[in-house]
Amino acid sequence: MRYIDEFQDPELARRLLDDIHATVTRPWALMEVCGGQTHTIIRHGIDQLLPERVELIHGPGCPVCVTPLEVIDKALEIASRPNVIFCSFGDMLRVPGTGRDLFQVRSEGGDVRVVYSPLDALRIARQNPARQVVFFGIGFETTAPPNAMTVYQAKKLGIANFSLLVSHVRVPPAIEAIMRSPSCRVQGFLAAGHVCSVMGTGEYPGLAERHRVPIVVTGFEPLDILEGVRRAVHQLERGEHTVDNAYARAVRPEGNPAALAMLEDVFEVTDRAWRGIGIIPDSGWRLSARYREFDAEHRFSVTGIQTREPAECRSGEVLQGLLKPHECEAFGTLCTPRNPLGATMVSSEGACAAYYLYRRLELTPAPQAGTAAPLEASPVV
Amino acid sequence: MCLAVPGRVLDIGERDGTRMATVAFGGVQKEVCLEYLPDLQVGEYAIVHVGFALQRLDEESARQTLELFAQLGMLQEEFGDPWEQAAQAGGGEWPFADAPDAAPDAAPDGAADGVRGHDAVPAVGAAREEGGR
Repeated sequence: MRYIDEFQDPELARRLLDDIHATVTRPWALMEVCGGQTHTIIRHGIDQLLPERVELIHGPGCPVCVTPLEVIDKALEIASRPNVIFCSFGDMLRVPGTGRDLFQVRSEGGDVRVVYSPLDALRIARQNPARQVVFFGIGFETTAPPNAMTVYQAKKLGIANFSLLVSHVRVPPAIEAIMRSPSCRVQGFLAAGHVCSVMGTGEYPGLAERHRVPIVVTGFEPLDILEGVRRAVHQLERGEHTVDNAYARAVRPEGNPAALAMLEDVFEVTDRAWRGIGIIPDSGWRLSARYREFDAEHRFSVTGIQTREPAECRSGEVLQGLLKPHECEAFGTLCTPRNPLGATMVSSEGACAAYYLYRRLELTPAPQAGTAAPLEASPVV
Repeated sequence: MCLAVPGRVLDIGERDGTRMATVAFGGVQKEVCLEYLPDLQVGEYAIVHVGFALQRLDEESARQTLELFAQLGMLQEEFGDPWEQAAQAGGGEWPFADAPDAAPDAAPDGAADGVRGHDAVPAVGAAREEGGR
């Protein structure tokens, strides 16, 4: 219980934990889908406060991590062109493509800019009509509506020098793929709260029923996670498998109707490759036919780029909950945030980065007195 | 980027036919699009993600979340200088000291809006970790 005093309301945290401890009679494995939730769990040691019989498995919910290598390479190719202003969220700067990243492209003279909102990229396009402005449109259901609105505005305002390199992914098909895997151990899900703020909960009852798993919509503050686990465990112990909303302050069952309407207009569902995992049917969005003119892949003819991931990187297994980060041989040695093999290490929301930042001292044997071996070189147990 | 942060609407106006607001997140202010929450009013709170208000939030929840994010250094991660953070993640020196906001020619067109204002983020020094966003 060494972390519990750090909770915003330690007394409430203790009550939730006591309830979970008193409820559990058998081993259960829950997956938290959202990378933000993974970070909360590791940062606060929530997995260590839970009963041993409740295992938290980290899910694929980090958009930076799951963006395929070939899409990163397409971004690097486009960003290197002389007449292009390439706009991205800051998270993507250090995601490794084949041999380099956006940060390096900029240091080599590429005009790479970081924006807070996709609308900033549109403004840059209006102010630079002689140049091509490309926005790197990655992300889950929370990021897709802002990017959809930006393309809609570009069309409405006739901004022809703007385009979107789009690699959006959807959570429910990923849950479906995880449950269909023969090696799946997941018995319940903590669903990503902000995805549901946009999408509502309508996609989940079918999943819960089909795979007989409880799905609890969960926020990502420490107490949110404990409450999500508590509700999931109660369902599992009772043999139930329903959709429960433990994040009602930010999630309504219908989601955000205006955002859903814009998604429907601008995007269409497509198969999408996930980094480390491969293609998951219907798991992504691409621009619909009405907006295809804003597709950067076609505008810059980079549709043919195909690349392979490093063989040593096992982030795909981490993303599917089949491997804990520190169980990978490269973790903390070949692969660190300073020298990442895969995006689960480079993204601050990636499970490997979370373990590296918050767990490496516990996972690494204490150095012998008088030695000063760097942590990165220490063996990992 | 995953992070959606609660903010309070300070004022509302139209820009290019789009409903926009100035929203305060702790000590940082940003321009935010209200097209997905068209009924949001001045003084109300919403969850904001990459410059878009996505869902209403009650004041108490919003305040608690903002306080927690500030304690954990997450506001700094969200609104701090991404180039500096990327340089730190790579283990290298900050190579653009003469142009800390964004690309060298970005300042005149306002491209750097998204990375300014991090000085106003509540001080959270100890929470900054190697390998941040």
